[in-house]
Amino acid sequence: MEILSLEGSPKTPEINFNQDTGVLELRGRSIPENSIEFFKPLNDWVDGYGSSPQGTTQIEVRLEYFNTSSSKCILDLFKRLEQLDGNSTEVKVNWYFEKDDEDMEEAGVDYEAIVDLPFKIIEVEEI
Amino acid sequence: MALSDVYDFYRKMEDEKVILFFKGEFTSELLTSILHIMENKMQTMGISSKMMKRVFNVLVECFQNLYHHIESTGDNAEEIAIQKSALIMVIHENDKIIVRTGNYIPKNDIDKLKERLAFVNGLSEHELREHYKKRLLKNDRTSKGTAGLGLIDIARKSKNKLGFEFIDINESASFFCLNIVIV
Repeated sequence: MEILSLEGSPKTPEINFNQDTGVLELRGRSIPENSIEFFKPLNDWVDGYGSSPQGTTQIEVRLEYFNTSSSKCILDLFKRLEQLDGNSTEVKVNWYFEKDDEDMEEAGVDYEAIVDLPFKIIEVEEI
Repeated sequence: MALSDVYDFYRKMEDEKVILFFKGEFTSELLTSILHIMENKMQTMGISSKMMKRVFNVLVECFQNLYHHIESTGDNAEEIAIQKSALIMVIHENDKIIVRTGNYIPKNDIDKLKERLAFVNGLSEHELREHYKKRLLKNDRTSKGTAGLGLIDIARKSKNKLGFEFIDINESASFFCLNIVIV
């Protein structure tokens, strides 16, 4: 089955999207100049995954920080997953933020408000 | 410039608590280097991880503005090269981090930018957050692929009003100075 795995870089997050487990993980910082280009394969993967998803799809967002251009791409990714939700898979979002990082906590709460998916906003010691 | 002026430069930066200074063309590699340098410096200075992330966010958005929006108004290659170059400095004073940028802009763009800055400065913290959410949902990227959220994000992360000034250069260009105080 298909796995999308990208190593993290100083400007892009580590990506682990696993069709076998239905777990989609983003970890690190997302500040590419061209975020559309970076997110395109992620979106394409989700489109492919949508044809035979797991019963539960879990998206794990462990981002330290992201630029405004990524913020739109993250929304696009959520919107794609919104389309899949209830369509032979149940999509759940875990949004992690580091203790005391109210900016990332707020960002999670704001996505929860505009995306029609169940969110858990989770505080951790370290991302 | 006399060689001894190097000391004056040094003194000036020391007195003004400048911890990082760059003048030249803004590239993607430069951002990576500056973030790396700032990370090390802020760690040594014992700055909290929340504050560090705010500084990174501000630097990232400033860079995005500088390399997406620098447009040259010059006629010849030399003039264009000068106008493509910009300046960034970071000051550490009394627990505050101040980021200052300077770049040429065409005079025709000043009114729009002033309007944008006044709009952002006129919003409260709560209004900035609501506006950000609204803009996020609107599917409108600028022609350069940016989200049009940079100044809003800078204002949100710095928790301060943005300071700015336009310096008259010639009939077609001005120099735009932006001052961001992060607390």
